[in-house]
Amino acid sequence: MQTRTRRLWPCEVADKLPESRILFKIECISKYWFAFCLGLLLTGCGAPPWNNPYPASEAGDDVFYSSFSERPKHLDPARSYSSNEWAFISQVYEPPLQYHFLKRPYQLVPQTAARMPTLQLFDSEGRLLPEDADPSSVAISEYRISIRPGIRYQPHPAFARAPGGDFRYWPLGEQDLLNRFTLNDFAEVATRELTAHDYVYQIKRLALRSNHSPIAGLMGEHIEDFVAFGKEAGARQEIDLAEGRLWTDLRPIEMQGVKVLDRYTYSIRLKGMYPQFIYWLAMNFFAPMPWEAERFYAQPGMAERNITLNWYPVGTGPFMLSENNPNLRMVLARNPNYHAEAYPGEGSEQDRQAGLLEDAGKPMPFLDKAVYSLEKEAIPRWNKFLQGYYDNSGIASDSFDEAIQIGASGEARLTPDMRAKGIELDTAVETSVYYMGFNMRDPVVGGDRDDPQDRERARKLRQAIAIAIDWEEYISIFNNGRGEPAHGPIPPGIFGNQGGEAGINPVVYRWHKGRAERRALEEAKQLLSEAGYPDGIDPGTGTALVLYYDTALAGPGSKSMLQWYVKQFQKLGIQLVVRSTDYNRFQEKMLKGSAQIFSWGWNADYPDPENFLFLLYGPNSKIEHQGENAANFSHPEFDRLFDRMKNMPNGAERQALIDRMVGLLQQESPWLFGFFPKGFSLHHAWYRNARPHLMANNTLKYKRIDGELRARKQRDWNRPVLWPVIVLGVLLLISVIPAIRDFRARERSRAR
Amino acid sequence: MMAYIVRRTLYAIPILIGVNLLTFLLFFVVNSPDDMARMHLGAKRVTVEAIQQWKAERGYDRPLVINTSAEGMRRFTDTIFFDKSLRLFAFDFGQSDSGRNIGHDISQRMWPSLAIAVPVMLVGLLVNITFSLLLAFFRGTYLDFWGVVLCVTMMSISGLFYIIGGQVLLGKLLNLFPISGYDVGAHAWKFLVLPVIIGVVSSIGSGSRWYRTLFLEEINKDFVRSARAKGLSEQRVLLGHVLRNALIPILTGVVVVLPTLFMGSLLLESFFGVPGLGSYTIDAIERQDFAIVRAMVFLGAVLYILGLLMTDISYTIADPRVRLE
Repeated sequence: MQTRTRRLWPCEVADKLPESRILFKIECISKYWFAFCLGLLLTGCGAPPWNNPYPASEAGDDVFYSSFSERPKHLDPARSYSSNEWAFISQVYEPPLQYHFLKRPYQLVPQTAARMPTLQLFDSEGRLLPEDADPSSVAISEYRISIRPGIRYQPHPAFARAPGGDFRYWPLGEQDLLNRFTLNDFAEVATRELTAHDYVYQIKRLALRSNHSPIAGLMGEHIEDFVAFGKEAGARQEIDLAEGRLWTDLRPIEMQGVKVLDRYTYSIRLKGMYPQFIYWLAMNFFAPMPWEAERFYAQPGMAERNITLNWYPVGTGPFMLSENNPNLRMVLARNPNYHAEAYPGEGSEQDRQAGLLEDAGKPMPFLDKAVYSLEKEAIPRWNKFLQGYYDNSGIASDSFDEAIQIGASGEARLTPDMRAKGIELDTAVETSVYYMGFNMRDPVVGGDRDDPQDRERARKLRQAIAIAIDWEEYISIFNNGRGEPAHGPIPPGIFGNQGGEAGINPVVYRWHKGRAERRALEEAKQLLSEAGYPDGIDPGTGTALVLYYDTALAGPGSKSMLQWYVKQFQKLGIQLVVRSTDYNRFQEKMLKGSAQIFSWGWNADYPDPENFLFLLYGPNSKIEHQGENAANFSHPEFDRLFDRMKNMPNGAERQALIDRMVGLLQQESPWLFGFFPKGFSLHHAWYRNARPHLMANNTLKYKRIDGELRARKQRDWNRPVLWPVIVLGVLLLISVIPAIRDFRARERSRAR
Repeated sequence: MMAYIVRRTLYAIPILIGVNLLTFLLFFVVNSPDDMARMHLGAKRVTVEAIQQWKAERGYDRPLVINTSAEGMRRFTDTIFFDKSLRLFAFDFGQSDSGRNIGHDISQRMWPSLAIAVPVMLVGLLVNITFSLLLAFFRGTYLDFWGVVLCVTMMSISGLFYIIGGQVLLGKLLNLFPISGYDVGAHAWKFLVLPVIIGVVSSIGSGSRWYRTLFLEEINKDFVRSARAKGLSEQRVLLGHVLRNALIPILTGVVVVLPTLFMGSLLLESFFGVPGLGSYTIDAIERQDFAIVRAMVFLGAVLYILGLLMTDISYTIADPRVRLE
């Protein structure tokens, strides 16, 4: 008979040992534990950081790491219209034009275009007009755009062909789609050359209502035959859908306003004049779309698998979206078919000193990959930036004091801790305006349109409020000083904005000792008195004038800001009632015109004053035309000047018109101009060519990373600290000893 | 038992209809189809025609619950509620308002949720039971007193504090784990350790106190005294008798949450950037995507009902005296 000895478990060994031996055993364990911990400590030295969220092998590579906080909704260039979406698709899609990376003021330059588009003007008889023709005589403006030959699309399965020449992945049946859930599941990819047809196809897509392009309405006003095409294409689409075809081929349907002239040239015909149209040619809406891609994605079963054009862009740009998991990360990889483009060589002396011209003439892009991780919360995002795992970062208000010091003269600079890490700060006044608006259709703040006296009363009331609301204080309290008080609707950096004394709002400020100084509250009270509200008393009720502020801000986070507004009005004796609601109700109120005072903002589409002044153009009012004129301001003189100004080239004459318009707005005060936000962004020393560009979104190709420096810094900053863990372990171990003693004593005690 | 299961399944149908109706009404009290369209189409340059088109394409241009312009059954069937709800009972979640396949998204996103929720539950259960058994064993001593004080203290701390504190301490100061993030495959473990530790630690306070109460209730019963009288070691008394007899209330708490583990943790997933179903639901609420919201609420209700049924069945396994009739 064979006997087997069983190896005892440690606890069983302990049971068989006297107490003194248990302590000895614990000592032995402690020795091993100590050796283990020492080993861990040694492992921590020189080894890749443990907290590195990326593969260690990538640390020194040309990979850019950043984050995003909100998942993009649309990646279809016909539909996408948010900065968080354009941050991705602008690296993939290439409209014919782009903004020069370094030149200021912002300047358009060709991207895929061979040269800047040519413009020809025609009268109603089709006769060619001179360039400086009177805008009223212009019936048609024709832009002719030539693109560079030899540009190729990124590798994509839509272009792949079988040996016989047929498309490899069209048509696909349900069987062909088995086990295919992402674009990467289509093994064969190919490319083809970019042609003018692709640009024309995309413009046609803008007109098709089912594509929900946000600019369809605007383009319908300008591009010839755009609306009619949309109707015809929509009808064709309905027939196709009824007959089971999920894709409508837009190629055979003609649009008079868009024509292919040859393989590399196309034209766009606009009704009348619209000089700002050229800026649209630098936006993704006008990027090329290969029809094969649209047809590929429209196949049955693709949408059910979430393989759509809205999810997988296809372009000619420097990068392609190699991983699209917006719930986790989005990865842009270098497009192997990218055409030659060199880093710009022209820039200012300041750019040269900042090292922004060091890469002049070098082929772009400099990066192999860009990894954007989803970070919804500001705290982990900030901490990972400090650890060196994000190459750049914004500054949340929670981290502002840790990052920025405001000097005695108000200038922002980095804290010593940030400087010690080699972090650099970029600041730029954004091409945005944040304002408080009056609903001009409201009888109290807007006045009776048919009664000049009442209009004057309301104007003085608005002017008094404009003086009383201290935006400098607002910026300091709620924006950490990140903003500039606005004197008009046009932000700095955009033609029409006047700095210095010429640009101040004389209703609210006076020029004193070389700076704008807010007028005294007494002047506001005087205006209020002239408006018929002495000390803020409404003569109709004999009590304080009550005004209503409609806002989508609610909750404890906004309370201090809303109280601040109330306090500002109280300075005049006016009682401000805050009507907080959700954003939906707020929008509804704005559409119906039932709000009285509100706050809103606007971010520039393009760097032209028209894009800001149109926010106060009468025919653009929200109530009547569902436009962007939320104040419903209507002033014949302003509208007349706007009609003239919008078609003029930048120059002294246009500036004079803009000055008159802005002066008129300052006097009428339909807005309290609020402020222009100032963007603060940080980047590490290894992140190069980090000049902020407020109009361009396709700037990833200019960026360069010093991977070696990053890897070194990441190692230095992230050495694992193990001693607290070891101390905790030892403490736990020690604390167990009395428990074990007590346990064993109980086990051995007699029953009582 | 089969008859019981069938009966409970049938009971579930009116409950699910009620849940669905309630979700529908609550959602549309706050959001109108126009609001949803504006949210999806963006804030700039949205025309009335675009809003109408968006609604028509997704069937939101119909009346909500009753169609007064229709006749017969179509008064109820030609409505948003009927159109959007009926398919749910076949677990056909359809497409989200942004056009994505919800079923596919759920099948993708439940794994990250499970990757955190399952270890948090298992390790948490083990730690809580062990700790509470120790407290029960040392009942009445200073260890018990300070253990309870520790539990109450831990219970009183907000979950958010554990998350932020854990990220700062273990991720930022000690540099032991990535502060946030997620990955699939072999690299996933390093992203899971920190949320799992935080999930477990944050549950120790309430979990251990609850289990300690259960054990103390059992520990004074006659059968425990008999076991001790038989000469069994305290270890065997605790593990073999007290723990086993306290299983039913433990099962009540544990089995019922098993199916809902799929639904993920809203806070943990949000702070750690985990692409699970918890963050899926939060995103959908923020984006006013009714299709996803109703699908997730429906799924949650189904899983909760399933959990309750599983709990009942588990009683029969834990305690052979229990019969489901």
